[in-house]
Amino acid sequence: MTYHNPPTTPRKSWTFDDYTLSEIRRAAATGIYDIRGGGAKRRVPHFDDLLFLGASVSRYPLEGYREKCSTSVTLGTRFAKKPIELKIPITIAGMSFGALSAQAKEALGRGASIAGTSTTTGDGGMTPEERGQSKTLVYQYLPSRYGMNPDDLRKADAIEVVIGQGAKPGGGGMLLGQKISDRVAEMRNLPKGIDQRSACRHPDWTGPDDLEIKILELREITDWEKPIYVKIGATRPYYDVALAVKAGADVVVIDGMQGGTAATQEVFIEHVGIPTLACIRPAVQALQDLGMHRKVQLIVSGGIRTGADAAKALALGADAVSIGIAALVALGDNDPRHEAEYNALGTTAGSYDDWHEGRDPAGISTQDPELSQRLDPVLAGRRLANYLKVMTLEIQTVARAAGHNNVHNLEPEDLCALTLEAAAMARVPLAGTSWIPGVQGSL
Amino acid sequence: MVEHFKMRTVDLAATPLRDLNADLHRQGDGSNETRWEVLNPRGAHAVAVGVDAPLAIDVRGSVGYYCAGMNKKAAITVHGSAGPGVAENMMSGTVVVKGDASQYAGATGRGGLLVVEGNASSRCGISMKGIDIVVKGSIGHMSAFMAQSGTLVVLGDAGDALGDSIYEARLFVRGKVKSLGADCIEKEMRDEHHALLAGLLDKAGVSGVATTEFTRYGSARKLYTFNIDNADAY
Repeated sequence: MTYHNPPTTPRKSWTFDDYTLSEIRRAAATGIYDIRGGGAKRRVPHFDDLLFLGASVSRYPLEGYREKCSTSVTLGTRFAKKPIELKIPITIAGMSFGALSAQAKEALGRGASIAGTSTTTGDGGMTPEERGQSKTLVYQYLPSRYGMNPDDLRKADAIEVVIGQGAKPGGGGMLLGQKISDRVAEMRNLPKGIDQRSACRHPDWTGPDDLEIKILELREITDWEKPIYVKIGATRPYYDVALAVKAGADVVVIDGMQGGTAATQEVFIEHVGIPTLACIRPAVQALQDLGMHRKVQLIVSGGIRTGADAAKALALGADAVSIGIAALVALGDNDPRHEAEYNALGTTAGSYDDWHEGRDPAGISTQDPELSQRLDPVLAGRRLANYLKVMTLEIQTVARAAGHNNVHNLEPEDLCALTLEAAAMARVPLAGTSWIPGVQGSL
Repeated sequence: MVEHFKMRTVDLAATPLRDLNADLHRQGDGSNETRWEVLNPRGAHAVAVGVDAPLAIDVRGSVGYYCAGMNKKAAITVHGSAGPGVAENMMSGTVVVKGDASQYAGATGRGGLLVVEGNASSRCGISMKGIDIVVKGSIGHMSAFMAQSGTLVVLGDAGDALGDSIYEARLFVRGKVKSLGADCIEKEMRDEHHALLAGLLDKAGVSGVATTEFTRYGSARKLYTFNIDNADAY
């Protein structure tokens, strides 16, 4: 009788998983860090880890198809002579012409306008297509100041001073040479075909005291008409929001680490900044401590995908949410119908994130005329409007179920958490308990 | 009879800043109130910002941040010193600072002419995008950082890291440069550069200075496309 050692199953390392190994090999072969678009792909505590407590004996619900549930929101009521009125509490985040095709920017404007909400320019200035198709347009004031001019500032409905974004708090931008067409180069006042770096700090101010003066200047230039937003990447939300309010912001936009970028280093996207879920309560706390909650509006972005996500953000104290990646997917980004072309680029539908290379088969993150033509701005705009409609209906459905006739009446008491992490971050009790980790005392 | 040169005087000791700027914004190309005098600025920020008309504005005293920000068409003279960001993002027109200018003078400016008769501090002409700047004194460190286009002329000296990460802007320095920033190099002065410099010196009211006294600096264009072998340059 012979003895055979029983074979063991080949075991892969959890620490050195397939992705990690491939990244080490890629780094060894190229000598350069990985650059990609999108937001954090790792799993972090998110809105999926929260649940709504529908009405029951202690609260009564509203009838879904008969009783009104308001969704409108007014932004910029603190100082601006002309605050923005939106029909829905979902806005379109800043994405640049340059990173996106002119057709994609136009489609975003069309979709947002049908839905009654705003869209936002990006690093690279305002295009006539975008202004023409966007009923309400927020003009970003960025460190690069590409295309910045007082005429466009006055054409805008609001101004968003961008200090950071969730994908790369503390980082600047990069538009690689292959996406610099004649038009992009002209708008940015740089030679065609070179890599365009966007600075990480504003050129003419540093710190919150300077920001206050910068906001004063922007208000003076626009005769105090426009709401001024301050957008920050989520890192130290309590203090950053408090300082933005102190500096005079009408609206604070806070963007978590799942928020997308057109292009930055993988190490930045996955390792700098905090999850969206973790930033909302400290941000709201800062506003409450200053007596400014609902007076300075809070917009939350980063990984918002559904009406449920939006409703949870509102319940935690946001006045509105903002979407970027989800809006691009609604236009047609990463659609499986382009699978063969994604495969040719070495990826698959749903994973394509080399937006900086400008070869997007969906015609969205590209400046290639042929690829760009694939996106019909009218049809794509309609898809975005449909998607925003669904999100809004979902928010209303949840709000009515919780007994609210206004989506802004959603509150933390409507929520519970599925995990300890989410309970601690959202400051709501673990489901079935009265325990909020990190919060002292009884409820 | 039309009064072509009606002078408006605004005393900031009595008039809110907001009223001054709003009044200036009401002036169009055909305004008959083309001459303005601003009294008692006392270091106020955002004086005469966003002007979009061919006005002559004399500010009698020193100003704080962002005086003449985003100026279009106006000729604004500060009879004193200017705080940070004077003429930031200027589109056209002329801004003259009779005294010294603080940090970020002419930052991101896209056109027009900024003249600083004294010295300018650090980051003069940062991220400039077409503006022309003439500084009769010296400039501080990190000036013309990421300067994209336009011309910076310095009759005195320049501080550390001049022209770091510069693109296509042209720099002319008459005195010493403490150090050059990444990708900024000394360049040959050809005839067109002498002509350009002479024109700017003339516009800025500089006489008795020869263009041959200046050295030209600009981009080596080695950092225009990211290359890992250049990583040490940053």
